[in-house]
Amino acid sequence: MSFLRRLLRRPLALACCAYLAIVTAVAIVAPIVMPSVNSQDAGDLFAANQLPSWSHLLGTDTLGRDVLSRLLVGDRVTLIGVVEALVVLLVLAVPLGLAAGYLGGWTDRVVTWLADLTFSLPAVVIIIVVLSVFPASMLAGMVTFGVIAAPGLMRIVRSATLPIREELYVKAAEASGLSRTYILTRHILPRIAGVVIVQASLLAAVALGVQTGLAFLKLLVAAPAPSWGGMVADGTSVLLLHPWLIVPPGAAIAITMLALSLLGDTVRDATVENWSAPVATRAATKARAKAEAQARAETAPPAEGRLLDVRQLSISFLGRERDVRVVEDVTFDVAAGEIVGIVGESGCGKSVTTAAIVGLLPGSGRIDGGSIWFGGKDLSRASEADLRALRGRKIGFVSQEPMVSLDPVYRVGAQIAEALRQHRGLSRPAARARTLELLRDMHFTDPGAVAVRYPHEISGGMAQRVAIARALAGEPELLIADEPTTALDVTVQAEILELLRELRTTRQMAVLIVTHDWGVVADLCDRVVVMYAGQIVERSDTQSVFDTPLHPYTEALLASNPHLAPEAATLPVIPGTVPPPGSWPAGCRFSARCRYAVPACSAHAVPIDAPYQAHETRCIRVDQLIKP
Amino acid sequence: MNPVLRVMARRCVMAVPLLFVVSALTFLLVSLTPGNAAQEILGTSATPAEYAAFNRALGLNLPLYEQYWDWLRHALTGNLGQSIFTGQPVVQAIGQRLPVTLSLLVGALAVSAVIGVGLGVFSALRGGAGGRAADVLALIGFSLPAFWVGAELIVIFAVWLNWFPATGYVSVSDSPAGWLRSLILPVAALALYGIASLAKQTREAMLDVLASEHIRMARVNGISPVSIVFRHALRNASIRVVTVLGLLAVGLLGGTVLVENVFALPGLGSLMVTAATQHDLPVVAGMVVYFTVIVVAINLLVDVAYVWLNPRVRVR
Amino acid sequence: MSELLRVERLRVEYPVRRRPPLRAVDDVSFAIGPRETVGLVGESGSGKTTIASTVLGLVPAAAGAITFDGHDIIGASRDRRRRLSADLQVVFQDPYSSLNPARPIGKTLAETLRPHGAPPKQEVAGRVASILERVGLDPAAANRYPNQFSGGQRQRIAIARALIVGPRLIICDEPVSSLDLSVQAQVLNLLRRLQHELGLSYLFISHDLAVVRHISTRVVVLYRGRVMEAGPAAVVYNHPAHPYTRALLQSAPVPNPKLQRARHTARQRSNPDFPGAVKPESCPFTPRCSWAVDLCRERQPPLENTGDDVLVACHRWREFAAPPPTGTNGTKLVNRPRP
Repeated sequence: MSFLRRLLRRPLALACCAYLAIVTAVAIVAPIVMPSVNSQDAGDLFAANQLPSWSHLLGTDTLGRDVLSRLLVGDRVTLIGVVEALVVLLVLAVPLGLAAGYLGGWTDRVVTWLADLTFSLPAVVIIIVVLSVFPASMLAGMVTFGVIAAPGLMRIVRSATLPIREELYVKAAEASGLSRTYILTRHILPRIAGVVIVQASLLAAVALGVQTGLAFLKLLVAAPAPSWGGMVADGTSVLLLHPWLIVPPGAAIAITMLALSLLGDTVRDATVENWSAPVATRAATKARAKAEAQARAETAPPAEGRLLDVRQLSISFLGRERDVRVVEDVTFDVAAGEIVGIVGESGCGKSVTTAAIVGLLPGSGRIDGGSIWFGGKDLSRASEADLRALRGRKIGFVSQEPMVSLDPVYRVGAQIAEALRQHRGLSRPAARARTLELLRDMHFTDPGAVAVRYPHEISGGMAQRVAIARALAGEPELLIADEPTTALDVTVQAEILELLRELRTTRQMAVLIVTHDWGVVADLCDRVVVMYAGQIVERSDTQSVFDTPLHPYTEALLASNPHLAPEAATLPVIPGTVPPPGSWPAGCRFSARCRYAVPACSAHAVPIDAPYQAHETRCIRVDQLIKP
Repeated sequence: MNPVLRVMARRCVMAVPLLFVVSALTFLLVSLTPGNAAQEILGTSATPAEYAAFNRALGLNLPLYEQYWDWLRHALTGNLGQSIFTGQPVVQAIGQRLPVTLSLLVGALAVSAVIGVGLGVFSALRGGAGGRAADVLALIGFSLPAFWVGAELIVIFAVWLNWFPATGYVSVSDSPAGWLRSLILPVAALALYGIASLAKQTREAMLDVLASEHIRMARVNGISPVSIVFRHALRNASIRVVTVLGLLAVGLLGGTVLVENVFALPGLGSLMVTAATQHDLPVVAGMVVYFTVIVVAINLLVDVAYVWLNPRVRVR
Repeated sequence: MSELLRVERLRVEYPVRRRPPLRAVDDVSFAIGPRETVGLVGESGSGKTTIASTVLGLVPAAAGAITFDGHDIIGASRDRRRRLSADLQVVFQDPYSSLNPARPIGKTLAETLRPHGAPPKQEVAGRVASILERVGLDPAAANRYPNQFSGGQRQRIAIARALIVGPRLIICDEPVSSLDLSVQAQVLNLLRRLQHELGLSYLFISHDLAVVRHISTRVVVLYRGRVMEAGPAAVVYNHPAHPYTRALLQSAPVPNPKLQRARHTARQRSNPDFPGAVKPESCPFTPRCSWAVDLCRERQPPLENTGDDVLVACHRWREFAAPPPTGTNGTKLVNRPRP
């Protein structure tokens, strides 16, 4: 849908545009229809300062002139002032900002330096001086304002251009030999158009404020021509006796500024909407999620008492139109001191599952089935207070991107110490000492030097080790690691995996690791759970999965791994794509891509079965896979 | 070098050529004016000889660059000349009015910062209806021009309720209570825009930060909500808010001119307007210098605060 | 041998304030012939992406030569680059940002034809349709927007965009790193098939040695901008001669639990926290190398031929038939291996 149509679908935007259209129309028409108002020195002096009446809908001013007609005629000069400033602003700021952002180098440095210089100028003073040189010249005043305000917009355009210049499709276009002008106009300009329009309407509001302010000071428009600011000034001079007179022009200014600001906001919302899918209103869905969670019936804790016991867990995301289930009927457990891996490809629901365990589903997500047993409590029904007691103290969490999982404004040692003080009630000196101990446990050779660094001063591998240290501050029994090594170099990954193994041995800590890398599974995990399209399709100890995969998906995935394929051969491929949540078929979700599929596969949902003890699979054709 | 000192040094170094350029430009501009001081004072019916005598007496017949050089020499020793109209030393004239404008500016900034940031944090945490209400209030605060708000405040609080004086200024040395009373309405008029702007920006910055990954990780590892909001979120959000504060300060500086007019406060604004219309060159040049220094000082404070708050821009 | 692309002693530097410039690429040489795939392997900071950017003219070279078809292309004029792009194209890593989200993919594909004389609309539509088919997509997809495709499909579109002008060499910068395992296989197979059908050459850049081995004829191992080892893919993979290559291979976990457990004990751990800047006169791997001696810090090891058509930059490569390091010949080890 085109941008304009998307914009106008919002009632607020429509109202603003309509109002501004009216204001513009009045500006054009009114002085033509009422030509005498601009030069009217005085009206009927005996009818001065009257409040609204039928003959004068907004009353009369101190010199007996009709307020409404002055308001309508004064619209034009006010609007022209805004337009003048806006034109100068855009003509200066947009090309310079684009040039500085896209070309970089000297152009960028010179333009930025000039902008910094102009930023240091006192705008109001300069404008007043200019106006003293060109008295009552609105053009001079507004142009000056435009020039002085341009650096601000230029900076915004520049910082909007910089990330787009780094986008790969721009690089690809450059590599294709497309001309700079083409790239600027066809690729970059459309992407920043949204930002420019938003800022333009906000700056128009500011320009309106400046224009009316200067008119208020009687510097801009020569009497007796009306202007909104001038009318406020006129009213102010008789404020104590006739307070009404400042109301009509003030209201006109306020409503127009409101319309311009609102337009800017709605344009910004409309641009963002294009790149992302619509999200249901958070508050409503969060409330609904809470209510539904409490409404579910209680279940009894499992008898065997593992550390973590997830039973038939189902998770959905609430949408505006319908709810979408993303995880269905997931059951697995983690024993104390065990390392369990959840492996699957993107979209299979593995990360959502771990988020649900610690109660950190995004606003519109909710658990709508099953239970999560930990420490004798069902976490899926626990209150926020209960969950907070567990987080960090019993269950630690480490995520994928180490560089952004630490607060950039605090030193890394301080962040670990904070967790220590929080969970173990240590004093500051004790926390500092323990922080160094923890860092030494993380195989840092110089913990003191690391602790005083900020996150941006250490490498990704180091940051991940710091994040693990912080997660361990409360001495948790279970560490959940969501793709902890995906963003790291392979040599660094090896260190982290070794660290995790060591932690399991020295601290008797269980680890639940989410990964897409089968090598990590082979290296680290005692048991593995394979997920596909929101379900568990295979579950067993690691060696069995590799030796005899019992689900066609696992088998195909292992076969297409370049690590395992013979050299220079075509890799076996799984045809088709994963069915996304919301379009899951009724029967086996892998059947459309499975080479062993028969009609019975897609007929009904397939339950998990255990052809061997402790090696379970969700496949009715498992006999085809069991090698003799 | 300490990054803070380096930032300060850079600003000061940039300020020097800036002041040269700005004052030179002012001289140039004022000399272009159609009228001149002589005509303003002696009227339009004086004889050419009288104009010439007047100009010679005040050194206005000299070529422009000589006048500028003269002014510059004296300025560097702290003497900004005398007003052509009142004969009062410019430094004195400005010095008398500076406290008024500064009281207004700093007062409005302080009120905006405290209430605006507070409202912003509150609405970011509450969300939902509270957030929407805050947005609406902010929008209204943006849209009401300060001079109009000032006038309405006078009508309501000075005329109808008679709680505060409508116009006039009491200096703090005369009577602190009176000083406060004379400033309350003007500061309120000026601060409304500031509160609205800061509330909105703070709310957006807080929401952005609260959605960031490091906050999620802190939460999932059990850091208390209070710590998360005040130690982590606010600190990160303040980086953006500080920049907005700086821009706001410069904008409010312009607003003081308008508000001083409405409330008849004897500040720099009214002097500026009169001097400019009268082509009182020494006063105008002096004002430009003072205002530029104020803006540079504001930008410097913002830079320092930014570097202090954001470790990422400190280059070791 | 007629070469398509030859990179000779390339050096790329990035200016750093108040310090000597950072050498992102230092003295790198390799060549690609027709129907050949050369793989550049390295971790972050190895300079492999910088090399690609320099060949494409996006980043200036400080020293060295890059020739295509025998003609020097460093500092080529804008016009020369335009003509070169008919033969030299690129596929990037991230399928999500390599296509303009605001344009239907047909337009993006057509745009690549622009700099080479805009053919008539009919012909353009035809070429777009046929190239989409060639990469295994439905030609009707030309009117859809990038966000309507999966990651794997977008990568196919990116490949189509590179193919539509009929190039002879395609630079693939981590083309499968962002993709799921099952999709990786599809894209790798596609690249091989296209090479076979169209006689393409590839410069294949990746951090994953297994993937590179699978698709490359020759492999160049980079560390901190310098070549550590270069040779036929199978030889380097199975008999790594350089300590860094060995470290890379040791670190990458293989999907075989028994084998992987056995490898745990064999690995050496010797990474300092803050390796610090690399002095130009020393071997860049010295701070992390279990076999490093004083000589490594004093002198850059030159690239030597091992006789197997493999080049190695290491002072001690001859000693590495046997496992490490007890300091042979009485030389003192610089980094002690951890007990």
